[in-house]
Amino acid sequence: MTPVAQIPDDNIADIQDYKANSLWRLTLRRIFRQRSAMVGMSILLVIALLAIFAPVLAPYDPTDVLIGKEDGIKKRQPPCIHLLGCDEDQPQHFLGIDGNVRDVYSRMLYGARVSLQIGFVVVTVASVSGTILGALAGYAGGWVDNLIMRIMDIFLAFPFLLLAISIVFVLGPGLINAMLAISIVSMPAYARVVRAAVLSIRETDYVEASRALGASDFEILLKRILPNAIPPLIVLVTLGVATAILDTAALSFLGLGAQPPLPEWGTMLGSERNQLFSAPHLVFVPGVAISMTVLAFNLLGDGIRDALDPRLVHAGVKTE
Amino acid sequence: MVQYTIRRLLLSIPVLFAVLVITFVLARSIPGDPCKAILGEKATQESCEIFIRNHGLDQPISVQFFIFMGKMVRGDLGESIRFSRPVTIILVERLPMTIELGMAAMLLAILLGIPAGIIAAVRRNSIVDVLVMIGANTGISIPVFFLGLLLIYFFAVILKDTSFVLPPSGRLSAGMFPTPFYELWEWAVEPESFKFHLYEFIANHYIFNALITGDWALFWDALKHLILPSVALSTIPMSIIARMTRSSMLEVLGLDYIRTARAKGLPQRLVIFKHAFRNALLPVVTIVGLQLGGILGGAVLTETIFGLAGVGRSVVEATFARDFPVLQGFVIVVAFIYVLFNLFVDLSYAFLDPRIRLD
Repeated sequence: MTPVAQIPDDNIADIQDYKANSLWRLTLRRIFRQRSAMVGMSILLVIALLAIFAPVLAPYDPTDVLIGKEDGIKKRQPPCIHLLGCDEDQPQHFLGIDGNVRDVYSRMLYGARVSLQIGFVVVTVASVSGTILGALAGYAGGWVDNLIMRIMDIFLAFPFLLLAISIVFVLGPGLINAMLAISIVSMPAYARVVRAAVLSIRETDYVEASRALGASDFEILLKRILPNAIPPLIVLVTLGVATAILDTAALSFLGLGAQPPLPEWGTMLGSERNQLFSAPHLVFVPGVAISMTVLAFNLLGDGIRDALDPRLVHAGVKTE
Repeated sequence: MVQYTIRRLLLSIPVLFAVLVITFVLARSIPGDPCKAILGEKATQESCEIFIRNHGLDQPISVQFFIFMGKMVRGDLGESIRFSRPVTIILVERLPMTIELGMAAMLLAILLGIPAGIIAAVRRNSIVDVLVMIGANTGISIPVFFLGLLLIYFFAVILKDTSFVLPPSGRLSAGMFPTPFYELWEWAVEPESFKFHLYEFIANHYIFNALITGDWALFWDALKHLILPSVALSTIPMSIIARMTRSSMLEVLGLDYIRTARAKGLPQRLVIFKHAFRNALLPVVTIVGLQLGGILGGAVLTETIFGLAGVGRSVVEATFARDFPVLQGFVIVVAFIYVLFNLFVDLSYAFLDPRIRLD
């Protein structure tokens, strides 16, 4: 009988094959097979490219007031595209002009940068702080666990947006404060997931083995436990970007987040919402942009969750 | 069951206490001089001294905490700076609006979300399933504030000259006034008494008030005004409930006892509702409980868009006016409603799943 740990050394291809089928590679392959995840990824790719190349693609500066710079330009002009029959004499404005006589198309492109940045920064702050707290609670146990998790529970006792608004009240309106508020409010979800993962991994044999080999607590936590908590965290992070963009846009819409003239989609929608009847394009364009971005992250997050959950595949049940 | 209920009730007391602690901490962490933060930058030295003494801000922080707690327990939520009126009275006027809106949205979400999820699970991979999942994914991705404006544009602008037109804002049409039930029935109440405010609170639920007084024109008008806001508010919870119902049903439908039930020759309807759905319901109920938080938060946006004077809009207005007592009072009340609703949800588990009662 061959020992379990022995890898056949006569066939190198076997070993390569063995490595090739790591969890990540398998997961990635499963993600690529999912239609909705691919749709999400494609939308994201387009948005990311638009954001990266905004300075190249945008015909105007996003904060540039065009009044007096172009003949006959008016507030809240509807879109003008030459190909679609707009008068050739007029300058092109793909998505029209806003209430402060700025080019909406340019603002939308730069807005993509703002929204993606918001999503990533909020999720990074929330997930890193949540992970630290959750890992600490799960690993230390006892009163540390109790203290941290009860504080997290209190956060969950408030409706999400209301707690965020209360925090903005204390800190004062502004994009940074709004982002901080959303980060604080979404932190408990990360702490809970990481704690649960740590609790289940803490008792496994390989952690025991590491300890027997003399690894320190910190080393075990960082090298043995946290890497295994990553799969559920990735799902949460992807879906979290969607929530972060949505909720920061909501605060901005209310006037509590990004302040003009920053081209943030929520602010753009909020400041023109009373023009719904006279200039609907100023509401629809940023609204559709927020929806598409959030949809893309949601689809991708769902796809990753299904790909990472072997239970669903083996049971022949796929929630996708 | 009784024991479980009592234990669960006792367990929610620390949470409610913690809600008060957090609001106290929030109030004390507003940067700068609390007097100037509340009375405004132009407050004079004397008025500040009076303010500090009246609010006990010259006392040590522990004493302040007990003063705060004492007031809260007695239902004294302080006085609005902007309106110079007790916050409780403002709540009496504005909470009913939000309750009606939230209940309508929650009902829509449950009544449409659960059947959609069941149908999608039973007819897996069919056109219906695909459509439900596309709808649910879109539903959780469209911001409430955008959907609200879309609905207004469609029903108040595009359908303006048809019979499907719906009002874009307000609770009632111009010229409509509800007659409170206690006035109609000539119940004697002393103005400004507790009974008066209680009656007022009940009567401010316009739809309920119209129902019990039999004012059908007003009932219909109020209902029509509620349709668009509640649809806008319900989409996110509806989508989440539909998705949860679908995946929970799929999991249960794959189990052995369902196959047994089918093998026994039970009709499909019985298998789905009696065997599968009841067991798939528990995760759905959990998610329904959590959706109330989304609805109460979403009400902030919906009420702003549809011009409804409810709790959510008051919170936003209070934030701009730096009217802390109103924000604090409203947030406390909303958090209490949320905690109690989830307590109710927890208790319903024991009803749905006998195993929990025995724990």
